[in-house]
Amino acid sequence: MTLLLAAAHIKGPHIDWSSFSPFLTLTVGSLVVLMVGLLRAAFVRERVVPLLSLLTLGAAIAFEIARFHHHRQIISGALAVDDLALVLDLIFSVSAIAAVILSWRGPAAQEAGHGEYHALLLLSVLGMAVLVSAQNLVTLFIGIELLSIPLYVLCATHMRREGSLESGFKYLVIGSVGSATLVYGLAMVYGATGSTDFSGIAAKLSQGTFGSGVLGDPLLLTGIAFVVVGFAFKASVAPFHQWTPDVYEGAPTPITGFMATATKAAALGVFLRFFDVAVVSAQDTWAPLISAIAAITIIVGNVGALGQSSLKRLLGYSGVAQAGYMLAGVVVGTQLGIQATVLYLAVYLLMNMAAFAVIVAQQHQLGEAGDDTASLAGLGARRPWLAWPMTISMLALAGIPGTVGFIGKFQLIHALVSGDYTWLAIVLVIGSMISLAYYLRVVAMMWMRSRPAPAGVGGLAPIAGGSPEADSEPSEWPGLATAVPQPEVALVAGVFAAAAVFFGIVPSPLFHLAAHAGHAISGLF
Amino acid sequence: MTLSILIWLPLAISLVAGLAVPRALIGRVTALGSLITVGIAISFVVRFKIGHAGLQFVTDTVWISALGIHYKLGLDGLNVVLVLLTAVLFSTSLIYASFKEWDRPRIFYLWFGLAEAGVLGAFCAQDLALFVAFFDLMLIPFYFLIGMWGTGERIRATTKLVVYTLVGSFFMLVGAIATGVLASSQNGTGLTFVLSSLQHLPLSHASQEWIFLCFAVAFLVKMPLAPFHGWLADGYKSMPIPAVAVFSGILSKVAAYGFLRIVLPLFPYATVHFQTLMLLIALVSIMWGTSLAFTTDDSRLVVAYSSVAQLSFITLGIFSLRSQGAQGAILQMVNHALVTAPLFFIVAALAARAGGSEKLRDMGGIAFRAPVLASLFLIVALATLAMPGSSNFVGEFLILLGVFKSKLAIAAIAFAGVVGAAVYALRVFIRSMHNRVGPNVASREIGFADAVAIVPIVLVILALAFYPQFVLRRSEASVKSTVAATQPVTVAAR
Repeated sequence: MTLLLAAAHIKGPHIDWSSFSPFLTLTVGSLVVLMVGLLRAAFVRERVVPLLSLLTLGAAIAFEIARFHHHRQIISGALAVDDLALVLDLIFSVSAIAAVILSWRGPAAQEAGHGEYHALLLLSVLGMAVLVSAQNLVTLFIGIELLSIPLYVLCATHMRREGSLESGFKYLVIGSVGSATLVYGLAMVYGATGSTDFSGIAAKLSQGTFGSGVLGDPLLLTGIAFVVVGFAFKASVAPFHQWTPDVYEGAPTPITGFMATATKAAALGVFLRFFDVAVVSAQDTWAPLISAIAAITIIVGNVGALGQSSLKRLLGYSGVAQAGYMLAGVVVGTQLGIQATVLYLAVYLLMNMAAFAVIVAQQHQLGEAGDDTASLAGLGARRPWLAWPMTISMLALAGIPGTVGFIGKFQLIHALVSGDYTWLAIVLVIGSMISLAYYLRVVAMMWMRSRPAPAGVGGLAPIAGGSPEADSEPSEWPGLATAVPQPEVALVAGVFAAAAVFFGIVPSPLFHLAAHAGHAISGLF
Repeated sequence: MTLSILIWLPLAISLVAGLAVPRALIGRVTALGSLITVGIAISFVVRFKIGHAGLQFVTDTVWISALGIHYKLGLDGLNVVLVLLTAVLFSTSLIYASFKEWDRPRIFYLWFGLAEAGVLGAFCAQDLALFVAFFDLMLIPFYFLIGMWGTGERIRATTKLVVYTLVGSFFMLVGAIATGVLASSQNGTGLTFVLSSLQHLPLSHASQEWIFLCFAVAFLVKMPLAPFHGWLADGYKSMPIPAVAVFSGILSKVAAYGFLRIVLPLFPYATVHFQTLMLLIALVSIMWGTSLAFTTDDSRLVVAYSSVAQLSFITLGIFSLRSQGAQGAILQMVNHALVTAPLFFIVAALAARAGGSEKLRDMGGIAFRAPVLASLFLIVALATLAMPGSSNFVGEFLILLGVFKSKLAIAAIAFAGVVGAAVYALRVFIRSMHNRVGPNVASREIGFADAVAIVPIVLVILALAFYPQFVLRRSEASVKSTVAATQPVTVAAR
């Protein structure tokens, strides 16, 4: 009793509820979804739970938009709710909305249980939001774990398929190695600077108390190197990208889409926070390292994608390459660089989500064989409403004008040339040249090759690759007529592709967002 | 009536026709619609004030304010005739196409409309970034046109073509961005890509040199000139005839036009610096194209390689850096477009009479039963070899005059190319029309479908032969001011 009385007298710290609202929405939403998912009625599980998830994300988006231009530090400076964080939060939320819609009638949510599946997805979004708002090393690590652990599980949710379990396990092992490396690096940075706050680290570094500069302090140098490695694992940056195609291929496709777009945005967001805020004054030290990594990533990703026959692997490697492009924006370390990276993240979401939606639709019809590029043959004639989004997505990824991809690359090259990194711009362009080969191959498959004979089981077997289910599938194109149509999947593909064209012609809103996000990081010119 | 309407009308027509018109009529409706585009283009030419060097009919709105990119369009002496030419050739090709059956016609005409919009946009663009965007955009439709409606190894051919040209375009993209960024930083102004502003922001010599090379690669691949022509044979072999007519006729000219519009005014130092190199490339390319044109057995490739030689002449004229040479280049762009398109139509007509083969050895003796076709072919062939009296003669004469004034030795060698043109043009004519009748030849007179496409163009060729001044008067003022940009540099170099 006395304890309660005492508690009543303690004055809690001031809580800025309005700035806290996006985080709170996601937390409460995920708990509610988890609880509602326990109800037995199929209607509740299959309809209400996804709807609640959408509502949560919608509310989160509303709060994010409402908090625009209100820069606040909350939880005693552990989190910053500024425009950079909010723009990235928008990207996560939109990506998650697409993932929820795409997995609505898919097998993964069914097998794992809708409540768990959606709750984990929301938690992962929360982790991303925490990560990109993080202002000190501890929240950074909490964010990265909160984003990763649900994803390890989500990758394995398509439980009846060996590949999904393999994917989840692989991601768990490699992700843990990445996290361990990261936390080791963070500890070293703390040891060297004596501060966990980004601003504290930055202040310490700019004081120049490190003898002959930062280079003179091996502890800090090793720490930064370990942090780079840890982040590189998450952002699938070469040479730490090997898990990406395997995990992407095995995970349920909506989750792959979510990982490819949102996780990448989160990882690059934290790259921006850490390198362009905390250790920006040591730029001379880390810039050569990261620019080399960016160049390697661009080449490795693009060359790796060349021989892929699985669409998800192809997009995985293409995502590796794109991470390299965006890392180039981080390296520059200017306002323009940050803006270009954020712009490209938004652009990247639009381009990729359309493609993943088309893969979901293909897999719905053809099973696992729908992931094979060969399954796209003749799609332009058969299902043009899927072929057009895929075409737009591929052309946008290749950087064709009239799509957002062109705008994104334009701004990145602009940032690189202005920041005296013309050589990296050339690498980026060479990477784009290589990428033409595989993006155009997909387009050619859809429009220029005719569909294999419908009765050709023999023609389908090699397509099915190593998937035993598809090989044993007695029918040709399983369920061509029986599959329940999924208009919502085609809708997602169409909306994202339309946006990819619209913002390619009217890019000013995206530039506007990116500019605000960039201004959130002060102290750069 | 703004230029925007002219540019976007073709796309709008094919979109509306694709959505609202029954399949069987799409071709006719699009072809008729393209005549409206021609009408609008004519109205611009009529209202164009001759003798002004500056831009007319300017549209200028901000497109991307963050980057200083404007949606700026305008006509001057360099592009006014080329815009009309584009409308005419696309219309001709669409008329030609509308008499043929196409699988999935909606998409076919959609890509055609987008291609025309892209080309018109590239010709009218007065902003560097906008030009780059249109330059890439106009290529994409041809990727699909070849890949979906082409013949032979179409997918390989189309991939090769697109990869070659887009690789060039990416270099140009870097060059264009660098131009904007460096011009503003070296002169301490805000970022801009508007051409007229960039002209007043001189770049340092070192920057000019590498940026020049970026642009040159893009343009030389697109034309193509000899060491950059790897995509040419496969691409032209596989393209459907209406597509190859506009591709060879118009798209190659955008690249040549790009030298005049962008490279000469923005990089005058580098232009003079690399003048000899460019002239030598053009010279080698003339020899290369000509010799291939009179050795190949494939009638379509004769036309293709002759284009290489002709475009090399145009490049020669531009890099003579004399106003006569550049004037001749513009006239020759028009002339070449007007002969190459009907040549491709005629090749298709010949193949139809020679059992479907485009090989010269399968042809022969076609003139015997097709005197009208033969005389149309003869007119076009004589124009191709620049017979005195044709407009092509005037064009080549001006080009060589310009080169004579700047580099005598190169002009002397280039004359050999003129002779070569006579050899390949007459060879193709004689081997197909005369000689022994080929084994599978079933000659017949030109049909209505071919005639409506070929005859109007031949009439234009004849008209231009009497009055090449139509082109020259309009281009004169602008060409002089463009070439003048490089003159102080030339003088200083001495």
